[in-house]
Amino acid sequence: MYRMRRWSVRNARWLKKLYHGIENALTLCHPLFERIGYQRLDKSFLAIEKVTKGLLMDSQSCGQCIVGFTGLSCPMNCPKTMRNGPCGGVRADGKCEVKPEMDCVWVMAWEGNQQLGEKEYPIQFVQPALNNQLIGTSAWLREVRNRKAVDNEI
Amino acid sequence: MKFDDEPLVPGENLPFRTGHDSPGRLERVLRAGAFVVTAEIAPPDSADPEEVYARAALFDGYVDAINATDGSGAHCHMSSVGMCSLLTRRGYAMVMQVSARDRNRIAIQGDVLGASAMGVSSILCLTGDSVGVGDHPEAKPVFDLDCISMLNMVRDMRDKKQFLSGRKITSPPRVFLGAAANPFGPPLDYRPLRLAKKISAGAQFVQTQYCFDIEIFKNYMSVIRDMGIHEKVFMLVGVGPLASAKSAEWIRSNVPGVHIPDHIVHRLAGADNQKDEGVNVCVDMIQQIKEIEGVHGVHIMAFKQEHRVAEIVTRSGVLAGRELWHPGIARDVDPATH
Repeated sequence: MYRMRRWSVRNARWLKKLYHGIENALTLCHPLFERIGYQRLDKSFLAIEKVTKGLLMDSQSCGQCIVGFTGLSCPMNCPKTMRNGPCGGVRADGKCEVKPEMDCVWVMAWEGNQQLGEKEYPIQFVQPALNNQLIGTSAWLREVRNRKAVDNEI
Repeated sequence: MKFDDEPLVPGENLPFRTGHDSPGRLERVLRAGAFVVTAEIAPPDSADPEEVYARAALFDGYVDAINATDGSGAHCHMSSVGMCSLLTRRGYAMVMQVSARDRNRIAIQGDVLGASAMGVSSILCLTGDSVGVGDHPEAKPVFDLDCISMLNMVRDMRDKKQFLSGRKITSPPRVFLGAAANPFGPPLDYRPLRLAKKISAGAQFVQTQYCFDIEIFKNYMSVIRDMGIHEKVFMLVGVGPLASAKSAEWIRSNVPGVHIPDHIVHRLAGADNQKDEGVNVCVDMIQQIKEIEGVHGVHIMAFKQEHRVAEIVTRSGVLAGRELWHPGIARDVDPATH
């Protein structure tokens, strides 16, 4: 919901903590997920994400969520789907070049980053190109599996 | 500017120097510490190579490198790969612009290899204007990459010798990497950090959006200097002549990302010959920009006024007597004394 986007960015600090809290809690459930099978769970989790993240941030379910880096502003709402910062076309009033009725996603991301109160701005992290194969899958389950994969490597 | 190791065969790049990333003239001249001039060439709506040569010849002796735009303003013209292929054959130092709007990662990586094989030594990575502002608004916007993921990708092709997929490249593209910057677009306080991010993704030189507001630019540069960014990147500042007050008004309300302050528009409106005044404004701007610490050159975008670039460069005095390479000079190199 567009009106909620602004609210989420203004409340980026605790929402990011909540978001990471959810991911931590889900990580604890890894053995259970593994027993049931991640594939079988994906659709249900995607549905939950669509409702919650959709309401708060107009999440587009890219399956590789980076809102922790963008101050809770979903970059997939950028008409150019930029994942690394604002383009040069942002209007003087901070509105989008392509959709003048919409606040630039990255102007909001910068506001959100300043809300976070972190030592370094996570917006500065260079994001890889989008993996198109992951669109429409659960980002949370993917994060859990990624964390477990890293744990196993260590 | 001629170097002591100029190639005998016109159309070849300079010998590769250790510590450089490309065999190109742009990197050479920038690293030599000169105040560099680049200009944007207008790609023709035609398949005639002679038109390309004629447009490039307008700049002979006045620019160090030429930017070939890639469907700028989302309008269809001859491709930047095509322009660069033609002009590198004559020895011009080309900056090939690559926009993420029209091609995906497979096409772009192929173009980078092809262009490098044709002698392109500098590549400018851009996200690109939206298709909506162009002459084909019904086209599919691709945007598979953004400028930063593109920079990262091309740098890995060069330095790690691999495609984005990880597959090996046997002979990597030796290219000097550039990015665009818009110091005049919101959020203004983020713009220096945005440049820092582009540098960490691989940008070695940057060409900015049109600078008409010197105060905003000076503030931007002071942050850039405080952050030490000016020592990590070559900064070429975008300038260009405005045709009239009316066209300035049109540009600032229709071209994304161009900021023209009121006093510039008033200055044009009050002039007897607005076109000449546009050139005067451009020359003034270059002279002010040249004095700013951390600036390494200017990038002239003289849209539909390419024939005035020579005059702008001459009057601004930025070359300071430096003689620039062009195909005419190359023919003067005597193989016997070389």
